[in-house]
Amino acid sequence: MARFSTWVGIAVAGALGLSLAGCSGTGGKRAEDARAAAAARGTAAVDTPRWTFAMITHAGDGDTFWDIVQNGARQAAAKDNIRFLYSHDDEAQQQAQLVDAAIDKKVDGIIVTLAKPDALKASLARAREAGIPVVTVNSGSAESKRFGALTHIGQDETIAGEAVGEELNARGREKALCVLHEQGNVGHEQRCDGVAKTFDGTLVRLHVNGTSMPDVQSAIEARLQSDAGVDAVVTLGAPYADTAAKAREGAGSDAEIDTFDLNAKVAAGLKDGSLGFAVDQQPHLQGYEAVDLLWLYRYNADVLGGGRPVLTGPQIITEDDAAALAAYAQRGTR
Amino acid sequence: MSETPHEAPGERFLRRSPALQRLLTRPELGSLAGALAVFCCFALAADGFLRASSLGTVLYAASTIGIMAVPVALLMIGGEFDLSAGVMVTSSALLSSMFSYQLTANVWVGVGVSLLVTLAVGAFNGLVLARTGLPSFIVTLGTFLMLTGLNLGLTKLISGTVSTRTVADMEGFDSARALFASTLTLGGVQIKVTVLWWLALTALGSWILLRTRAGNWIFAVGGNENAARAVGVPVTATRTALYMGVALGAWICGQHLLFSYDVVQSGEGVGNELIYIIAAVIGGCLITGGHGSAVGAAVGALLFGMTSKGIVYAEWNPDWFKFFLGAMLLLATLLNTWVRRRAEATK
Repeated sequence: MARFSTWVGIAVAGALGLSLAGCSGTGGKRAEDARAAAAARGTAAVDTPRWTFAMITHAGDGDTFWDIVQNGARQAAAKDNIRFLYSHDDEAQQQAQLVDAAIDKKVDGIIVTLAKPDALKASLARAREAGIPVVTVNSGSAESKRFGALTHIGQDETIAGEAVGEELNARGREKALCVLHEQGNVGHEQRCDGVAKTFDGTLVRLHVNGTSMPDVQSAIEARLQSDAGVDAVVTLGAPYADTAAKAREGAGSDAEIDTFDLNAKVAAGLKDGSLGFAVDQQPHLQGYEAVDLLWLYRYNADVLGGGRPVLTGPQIITEDDAAALAAYAQRGTR
Repeated sequence: MSETPHEAPGERFLRRSPALQRLLTRPELGSLAGALAVFCCFALAADGFLRASSLGTVLYAASTIGIMAVPVALLMIGGEFDLSAGVMVTSSALLSSMFSYQLTANVWVGVGVSLLVTLAVGAFNGLVLARTGLPSFIVTLGTFLMLTGLNLGLTKLISGTVSTRTVADMEGFDSARALFASTLTLGGVQIKVTVLWWLALTALGSWILLRTRAGNWIFAVGGNENAARAVGVPVTATRTALYMGVALGAWICGQHLLFSYDVVQSGEGVGNELIYIIAAVIGGCLITGGHGSAVGAAVGALLFGMTSKGIVYAEWNPDWFKFFLGAMLLLATLLNTWVRRRAEATK
C-alpha cells in the first residue's frame, strides 16, 4: 500500500513538473478561457418568468453532435431566462421514462427527439394531458404533429440524402460507399436510401461498429482494398470522416471522403482538401430554436412552421465555406 | 466459478442463532440499507421526487430491471452468469411481433411461440454449458452475440427495416396489452402492471429459494458443485431450469416492450445484461455463487431505478450517472462482504 502511494506521489509530481516546464504559447485551455472571457457573459434579454424547459434526447454518452445541440439550447435558455434541464438515453424505454420524469417535475416545456417514435407515444400523450407544450427536434418529423407536438425542428433525412446524391453526381462519382455506424438507426437508413435515390452511380452499404473507431477504420480499409472501383466514401457522422480518411491512406485509395454533419476536424479537413464536402443540419440551430420556440409559445402563443416541420438542413458545405465555419466549429457551435 | 466452499444449504435456516445475527447474515441487508440511504438522499435533494406521479415512474423504472434481476439472481446463486439476458428481451419481443404480423395471426399466437422459443434459448444455454464444460461466461457471451446478430439480421430480412411493423391493430392486442403493459391507478399513483409482475416474480423466487427442495439444490450447486453432485443433486437439470427462468423473465420483459410500444427496435437491449447482474450483486449475490436472495435482487433493482430517475429529479448532470452507479456497486458489495464476515466471525 505504501509503495502504491509513493508511485502516485511520483506521478503527480511528475505531471506537475512537466506542465510547468512545457507551457504552450498557442492554443490549449488558456486560449479557450480567453475566448470565453471575451464572449459577453450571457444574461437574460427578456423579463418573462423563469420557466423550466427539459430536453430529452436519444443520444448515447459522450456524443459531440448532441453537445452542439445542447450548446445552442443553453444559449437560447440564457437569453430567454429559462432553467434548462438536459437528459438523454439511447434505449427507447429509458428515454420514455426520462420524459415521464420531466412531466412529474411539472416543467413548463419539453423538447424531445423522436428517433424511436412509438416508444414515446404514451409519454407525449401524458404531456398533453398535463398541458405541457412539446417541441420535437432532430428526428420524428413524420410523427411530431400526430403526437400533438407544436412544431418539429430538424432535417428530413431522406431529403438530406438526396442532396448528397446530387452533389456526388455533380462531382462525377461512379461508385460510393455509405458507411452506417449504428445498426438499427432508422434515420441512418433513410440517409443512405436518399443517396441511392438521386445518385446515378452504384451505392454500396457498409455496416460498421460505430462504438469502436479502430473497427470502423479497418472495415472501411478492407472494403477500399477489395474494391478499387469505389471513388467516394460517405460517412453518416462527422467523427467518422476523419477515420475514413485514415482508412483511405491505409488502403492507398484515392476515393473522396464526404460526410453528414460537421465538427472542427471536418471543417479543417474541408479547408485542406482532404475531405470533399459535408452536409450540415445545423445542430446548434436545432437546440437554439427549440428553446426559443417554446419560449415564444409560452410568451405569445406563437407557433412556427404552419403545421409543417421547420427544416434546419441540408446545407452543403464545401472548401469555400469551410474557412468561415472553422472558427465556429472550434468553439462548439457548428 | 465456484471454488469457495460454503456452509451446506439449508443449514443457515436451521441454525439456531440470535435474532440479530440472523438478521445480519441476511444477504439483502446491505442493499436495504443502501436503498434507504438513497431514498432519503433524493427525498431531500430532489424536488418532486416524493410526488405520487414520480413514485409511479421510479417504480416502473425499477420493475423493468427487477423482472430480470430476480431470475438472474437465482442463476447467480446457482453459480452461473447469463450475458445473453439483455438482448434476449429484445429477441423475445421481436419474435412475438413478427410471428403475429407475418402470419396475420392473433397476437396471442405470437406471444405463445415467443415464450416457447425464448425458453428454448434458455435451455440451450444450460445444455451447452453442461455438454461443453465451458465457463458460462463464454457460453452466454456466444449466445449474446448470436442473438444480437439474429435480432438485426432477421428483422431486416423479414420487415425490410430495422424495426418491426405495428401490431396495434391486430386481434388480441388489447387483451395482451392489459396483461403486459396496462396501467392501474392505486390511491392516486399510476402503477404499471410490470410492478405487479416484478413483485410476483420476487415472491416466487423467494419461495423457491427458501421453501422448496429446488431452492436447496440451487444453493448447493452454486456453493460446491462436486459436493452437490455427490449427494445426488441434479446439477444439469437445476442449471438448465435456472437459465429457463432467466428466459421466462426475458419473455415477460419483451412482451411488455412490445405491447407498450407496439413497435420494437431491433438494436436494443445490448448492455442491459450487466445492469441485471449489477442489481443482483447490489442485492447481496456473490459473484462466485452459493449466496444471495431474490428479495435482495428486487431491492437492488429498486436502488437502480431510484438512482437513475432520482438524478433527473434532482437535476444533477446525467453525465455522472454511471460514476454514481459504479461507486454504489462497490460500496454495496463492500458493505455486504463486511456484514457477512462480521456475522460469520461471531459464530
